[in-house]
Amino acid sequence: MLKIEAVLQPSKLDAVKDALLEAGIEGMTILEARGHGRQKGHTEFYRGREYTVDLLPKVKIELVVTDDRKESAIQAIISAARTGRIGDGKIFVSRIEEAIRIRNDERGESAL
Amino acid sequence: MRCDCKPLFFSAVFVLPVAAQAQTSTPLPPTQAQFAALQQAVQNAQSNADNAWMLVSAALVLLMTGPGLALFYGGLVRRKNILATMMQSFAMMGLVTILWAVAGYSLAFGHGNAFIGGFEHLFLRGVGLAPNPDYAATIPEQTYMVYQLMFAIITPALITGAFAERMKFSAMAVFLSLWSLLVYSPMAHMVWGVGGLLNANAGHIPSLDFAGGTVVHITSGVSALITALYLGKRIGYPHTAMPPHSMVLSFIGACLLWVGWFGFNAGSALGSGPLATSAFVNTHFAAAAAALGWTVAEWIHNGKPTALGAISGAVAGLVAITPASGFVQPFSALLIGAIAGVFCSFMVFEVKSRLGYDDSLDAFGVHGAGGTIGALLTGLFATSAINAAFGKGMPTGAMDGHWGQVLNQAAGIGVSWVLSIVGTLVLLFVVDKIIGLRVSTEDEHEGLDLSQHGEEGYDLNS
Repeated sequence: MLKIEAVLQPSKLDAVKDALLEAGIEGMTILEARGHGRQKGHTEFYRGREYTVDLLPKVKIELVVTDDRKESAIQAIISAARTGRIGDGKIFVSRIEEAIRIRNDERGESAL
Repeated sequence: MRCDCKPLFFSAVFVLPVAAQAQTSTPLPPTQAQFAALQQAVQNAQSNADNAWMLVSAALVLLMTGPGLALFYGGLVRRKNILATMMQSFAMMGLVTILWAVAGYSLAFGHGNAFIGGFEHLFLRGVGLAPNPDYAATIPEQTYMVYQLMFAIITPALITGAFAERMKFSAMAVFLSLWSLLVYSPMAHMVWGVGGLLNANAGHIPSLDFAGGTVVHITSGVSALITALYLGKRIGYPHTAMPPHSMVLSFIGACLLWVGWFGFNAGSALGSGPLATSAFVNTHFAAAAAALGWTVAEWIHNGKPTALGAISGAVAGLVAITPASGFVQPFSALLIGAIAGVFCSFMVFEVKSRLGYDDSLDAFGVHGAGGTIGALLTGLFATSAINAAFGKGMPTGAMDGHWGQVLNQAAGIGVSWVLSIVGTLVLLFVVDKIIGLRVSTEDEHEGLDLSQHGEEGYDLNS
């Protein structure tokens, strides 16, 4: 089982969600986050002084999928989220040790 | 020959039946008693009209503090301090009311000497529903007292802008209570009280302050500066950006201030007649011109017009027109507003950052500076065509040729600056020694809502 974490532009959330659903992936967790990579922030004015805001709003999606679903999930995210500009985001993949369904104690891949 | 026959026709309809009746009983001239009763009825009608406007004005001025100022200041601070900031204004609504009823009104408007009133109205003794002809001959003295109370409430509340985000609630309550009795009441007495040093009627240095440019705005603004300097900067200022957490709240607050100011200025006519109209029009014109002035200045200076600049400009204009509102012509008001908008923006953009003091919410830049320039411009633009303040036929301001009035205004400004500086320094020192003024570093980091009040302004998780 693999965990896929994707940090995205907030405006791409709906498109990515839809693309994942189309790829047959239904479970996900969505978090509001702030951050930046190489993307510069924006400047704001307060009382005549300029200052830079470099913690930008982001959205983070977390999914846990079976190993065979990894590439289709990644492709779904990329195709929906890519604009070609700096700020598109990143995807990280890590291994998951265990998954448990709280409702009925199911474990392993059938809990996903 | 064409005649305007309609009025003739209508009066005939009414006159003919009366004329017909008159042939049966001769109408008598009104008796002395009836005439006196008629005169009283007319007087009552005038009084009731004045009282109605004055009560509405008092309510409008209170609205300026709660929620006007509470929202305006509240939106400008960081989220962790919103409740504490609003509490400071609200606390004045409670505290100053008690102090005013007990002693404040008496010290401001009782008979005393040139600098302070007396104790004849302690606990509002003698302040009933009959008018006090020294101040307002057509309204109950309690109306006058409660109207003035609203001014006494907002003045210390304005000072809270300078020490936002770092003063202890307890210390603030004690400091501002003492300030209200020992700085505000004397200043009010000097400018508006019978026998006051700066009273336009018979004072030693007659100064023109229609609604409180010196009494309210210079005292609060200058005291704010002293407090900001005494307390020191907020932790992290100026390197850390501390932008407003909610310009939305500030915007709403500023608009409430603008509307409430009609009570502040037009109510200072103490009646519902044409002088109130003058003050109303001037107030509005100055606010609009100043908002534009600040906006244009900022657009040129920074490249973008900000909402904060626009609303600050409007407030600056309202401050500047306050002493002038019942003395100048509408286009003078426009000019006063425009000048104040540009001048106050300069004070905030350039002077504040160059000198480096942390007047968190620009109480000095807007109220202190705006009040000062407004009081000076009053001397320039006041005209007996609007208000023959020094007597019928006497010139009022420089526009009438009375250039000496500008000097009188300067003297009044000087007195308010000195009283504010000395009074505030002494009180800050005393309260600091007894209670301690500033919150601890941890409390300042945690935020005053939690550290001073055990509350959070917004619970975004519930």
